[in-house]
Amino acid sequence: MKREGKIQVWKDYQKEIADDHYFYVRSCIRQNFFPGAEQTFLKILRSELGKDICENPHHTSCSGIAYHADVVPFDTIQTIAARQFALMTEAGYQNFAVSCITSFGIYSEIIETWKEYPSELEKIRNYLKRATGREFEVPQNVAHASDIVYKFREDIANKKKFPLINQQTGQPLKIVEHIGCHYSKMFPAKGVGGAEFPNVLVGMIESWGGEVVDYPERRHCCGFGFRQYLVMSNRGYSVSNSRKKFESMEPYKPDAILCNCPGCPMFMDRWQYVIEEMEGKTYGENGQGIPVLTYEELAGLVLGYDPWDLGLQMHQTNCEPLLDKIGIQYDSSLKYAGKDGKLIGKPAMVGC
Amino acid sequence: MKHIVIIGGGIAGIETACALTDAGHWVTVIEKNEKLGGKLNNWSYLFPDFTPTEKITGTLQEKYREKDFSILNKTEVSGILRQNGKFSIKTSGEQHLEADALVVATGYEIFDARRKEEYGYKIYDHVITSADLEQLLLPGGDLTVAAGKNPKRIAFVHCVGSRDEKTGNHYCSKVCCITGVKQAIELKKRLPEAEIYCFYMDLRMYGKHFEELYREAQEKYDIQFIRGRLSEASEKIDKSLLIKSEDTLSGRPLKMNVDLLVLLVGMEAGKGTAATAATCGIGCEESGFLKTTDSFLKSNFSEQEGIFLAGSCTAPMTINDTILHARSAAVEVDNWLKKK
Repeated sequence: MKREGKIQVWKDYQKEIADDHYFYVRSCIRQNFFPGAEQTFLKILRSELGKDICENPHHTSCSGIAYHADVVPFDTIQTIAARQFALMTEAGYQNFAVSCITSFGIYSEIIETWKEYPSELEKIRNYLKRATGREFEVPQNVAHASDIVYKFREDIANKKKFPLINQQTGQPLKIVEHIGCHYSKMFPAKGVGGAEFPNVLVGMIESWGGEVVDYPERRHCCGFGFRQYLVMSNRGYSVSNSRKKFESMEPYKPDAILCNCPGCPMFMDRWQYVIEEMEGKTYGENGQGIPVLTYEELAGLVLGYDPWDLGLQMHQTNCEPLLDKIGIQYDSSLKYAGKDGKLIGKPAMVGC
Repeated sequence: MKHIVIIGGGIAGIETACALTDAGHWVTVIEKNEKLGGKLNNWSYLFPDFTPTEKITGTLQEKYREKDFSILNKTEVSGILRQNGKFSIKTSGEQHLEADALVVATGYEIFDARRKEEYGYKIYDHVITSADLEQLLLPGGDLTVAAGKNPKRIAFVHCVGSRDEKTGNHYCSKVCCITGVKQAIELKKRLPEAEIYCFYMDLRMYGKHFEELYREAQEKYDIQFIRGRLSEASEKIDKSLLIKSEDTLSGRPLKMNVDLLVLLVGMEAGKGTAATAATCGIGCEESGFLKTTDSFLKSNFSEQEGIFLAGSCTAPMTINDTILHARSAAVEVDNWLKKK
């Protein structure tokens, strides 16, 4: 594989990412899947980078999953997006920072629709005004939260406590990256590095000392795919998609999987457990799984945050093998402790 | 004696120059490269009968060396001014020429396969274009892939950069289907053990002996044709390539491992033609190729009187079509000058 070819693609797809003053919109599902990720993002931006970032509890789901499941019509989701933009406008912000890849795709699609068909924008202004009395400005800059971490990856690298180096071998950790489909597959120019060879996570991994492993099924869906998972009878299709990726990456012996989407780390984390139960197969070393992290969690580890504060105990595929390789100290007895130090209960399979 | 300046010294430019010289005109050919002949110089064998390219380029060279026309090589046109019914032409070499008529024969550019990012050209080690393969098919060309081994399975992808919404090229490049068939046969002759697959949308075998060659490829050389467009290619740990497509005849998705992937790249008008169009003040089609006054009876006429068009600067063309179009350009220029 020729790196210079990728570098050329990365140069072709550089997007404008606002430098400061963000209005942050959370994901409706990430807070359940990986509850520490978004809080870590806010902490890094505010405490490490000194950035101004605002969020509003009146913000709602973008309804993207329902839209993609054909439950919510386009007019409705446009009006919901307009309401989020109204919250941003009312707070005095112009830069929209989006936690979720699905939402990022939704907002991009809607803004592009408004550019192409201004009558749609006027119609939605009217709908929102009639429904809520609110008015809004279209954001000047829309960035996915991973774009922002990518933009400041070197600042994070300069503050790192733990580089992505295997302390046992001295070699860079081998990490595979998985980009959410809606990040740039719909609008390649809206993703750092485009759709085929995105650079957004590669840039972070390399800046923080790791090595990216490209593998044949890198572009393949993680297995979420909305209808694959939302309809229970399709869930076998979901796990088979994830399995296809694991089989493909296995020969490269990756130390971790890094994602920037809500669904991808969820499915790649949970389905490893399911495959182990179903087939007795694991894809990591020594009968263990391959830890799956969000980019905020990885940034938090690099900055030396406590793994349990990052919420790594909520992963179904244990992250300890990765922590050991990086050389991060952790207290196993506190893995399932609440903030007050009392145990909150270990995960158990119930009714499966 | 009338003076005609021809911009472009590929086969269209040479053929037009020869015909106009024969008609008794004084001709100057401006060519940006050192060597005349254009992209034909980079090809090994020609469809449909595997004629060595040298035979054609050699004949053309002999022909134009016999003619008495001027050649300004390594030169480009930097400006054109029309005054008193003549063209005043300034070149990159600071020369000033005066001409009674102009012929634009700037040819085409090969589609840059990097724009089809999903195929990984210039990223994956064993993804090449049909233009690259021509060089490898020359005597001494090295066809080996990973670990110095001959490829056991090879796939061709048709219509790369042609008939493609994503790249903005809606037109057919005309030559790629038959080029794919020709190259597949050449590879099979060189590598009899290899399995060869061609992924196509349609096979447009319109020319003389094209259909026969396509049939021969299947019957004699066992080349497999699969109707389906590749969705992506990925490199595996052993440097072979995983390709994905759909066999649209059987209606099933298809995944295949190949050792070499050949992208049959199409033709584009290119920046040179766009620059020439701007300099000459003539229009382009939506495709980027130069606009002709009429598709049927005036296919050599530009929108500007006295500026004529020859060859693949107007549309993708085979060598045969290009030579015929160049000769008709010479006839039109001659007739126009006689009436002037």
